[in-house]
Amino acid sequence: MTTIYILWLRQLKRYIRSKPRIIASLGQPLLYLFGFGFGFGPVFQKAGQGNYIQFLAPGMIGMTILFTSIFSGIELMFDRQFGFLKEMLVAPQPRLLLMIGRTLGGATTAIFQGTIVIVICIIAGYRPASLSALPMAFLFMALVAIVFTALGTTIACVLTDMQGFQMIMGFLIMPIFFLSGALFPLKGLPAAMEFLTKIDPLTYGVDGLRGAMNGMSTFGSGFDFLVLSVIALVFMAIGARQFSRIEA
Amino acid sequence: MIRVEHLTKTFGEVQAVRDVSFDVGAGEIFAFLGPNGAGKTTTIKMLTTLLRPTSGRIEIDGLDPARQQLEVRKRFGIVFQDPSLDDELTAAENLDLHGALYHVPRKVRVERGESLLKLFELWDRRNDPVKQFSGGMRRRLEIARGLLHTPKIIFLDEPTLGLDPQTRNQLWAQVKKLNEEERVTVFLTTHYMDEADRVAHRIAIIDHGTIVAQGTPAELKAQTNSETLEQAFLSLTGSSIRDEGAESNRDLRNMAQMWRGRK
Repeated sequence: MTTIYILWLRQLKRYIRSKPRIIASLGQPLLYLFGFGFGFGPVFQKAGQGNYIQFLAPGMIGMTILFTSIFSGIELMFDRQFGFLKEMLVAPQPRLLLMIGRTLGGATTAIFQGTIVIVICIIAGYRPASLSALPMAFLFMALVAIVFTALGTTIACVLTDMQGFQMIMGFLIMPIFFLSGALFPLKGLPAAMEFLTKIDPLTYGVDGLRGAMNGMSTFGSGFDFLVLSVIALVFMAIGARQFSRIEA
Repeated sequence: MIRVEHLTKTFGEVQAVRDVSFDVGAGEIFAFLGPNGAGKTTTIKMLTTLLRPTSGRIEIDGLDPARQQLEVRKRFGIVFQDPSLDDELTAAENLDLHGALYHVPRKVRVERGESLLKLFELWDRRNDPVKQFSGGMRRRLEIARGLLHTPKIIFLDEPTLGLDPQTRNQLWAQVKKLNEEERVTVFLTTHYMDEADRVAHRIAIIDHGTIVAQGTPAELKAQTNSETLEQAFLSLTGSSIRDEGAESNRDLRNMAQMWRGRK
């Protein structure tokens, strides 16, 4: 327990101390929220889909958590580069505990970041369907955070230098974001694209968030919860396996 | 405390360590010297559970590092050749994190942390983030950290690399003091022969993966009719310069292999 706690605390301290990172990672959701939100708002309305900000807000929260948690997983690469990884690997601790501590720490910072975005959305005019839905929203935020921190950690275990990072960004993270239904409804899409959106884990996160916060969900909250839980477990297992195989 | 018998490690076709045997007694300061790429770091990695030997036997306090990893890890502290601190955390936080990872109770962590920080003259800076520390301060903090869980052995892999003479002297004085007071066994490598001469009780010289001489500093000098340990070292290992480029390339390759998880 101490092991998990101390590594969780380390992630939190690193997060709180890097203010530039907190601010920088808020830039993107702000840009989308205001640029897209107000830009596409009228078109969205005319298409009979209602208020776009209302639709977009849960997507922005999902996006923030996606980026923050992938990055805190990938931070492992910095640990390798700056040497701290060795300190962890030579400690008399099972790798699994180290991995769980790191992942929970990264997920917690992502939830923080998501909470800040909820506040920003409310300032921008977003109104959740009911306040009682917020605990459900946090549950989905936590699941999405765990899924993608574990994914980031796995990537950092496999990738040995920062060169491959752009590739991951362009071919993995951005598609996960664009195909998740964060920006547009997943209805009436071409079959190939519909397939892609259905294998995107974030789809179920965004749908779950939308279900909790707006009371409208495509797949049903229960189904979203189930899918995300399974993916979280699978990604954690893969991450733990990869992490246990790296050597100092 | 450390017993090594016929230790061998091969990476592909390269024999990094060949049939190496030595013993280090409890409370001893043992220097492991050799030119670049001689096999020092590879040996340390095998002693500290980070690498599995190809063949041969290692005993650390009676345990096998390849099979009883976690038990062995509790028994030693290590200062790596490259830095391994968390720059964003303070000195005290780095120590606390280490203590928690090594199952040191909180109270002991605080008390021993304080005495070590005082010994290594970092107490006043304990709440500053490590990224503000100089090279010498980082080194001292790493040694303090390596000793926090009261290990039986401390491995110091070129701890004085890049430090000025004042810092080096002070650092060895502190290590000697701890060795005398706590009887911690010290296993060190260095390229500064005068340091080894002054600090080490016994020395082993390794070259091309094999041990070419072993003994006290006086014995090694007598054996080679040399006045200084540096002369003895040169007469044992020759004066040709090692091909560092090739070595570091090989290190990189090995590293890449390890990162991919294949030994």
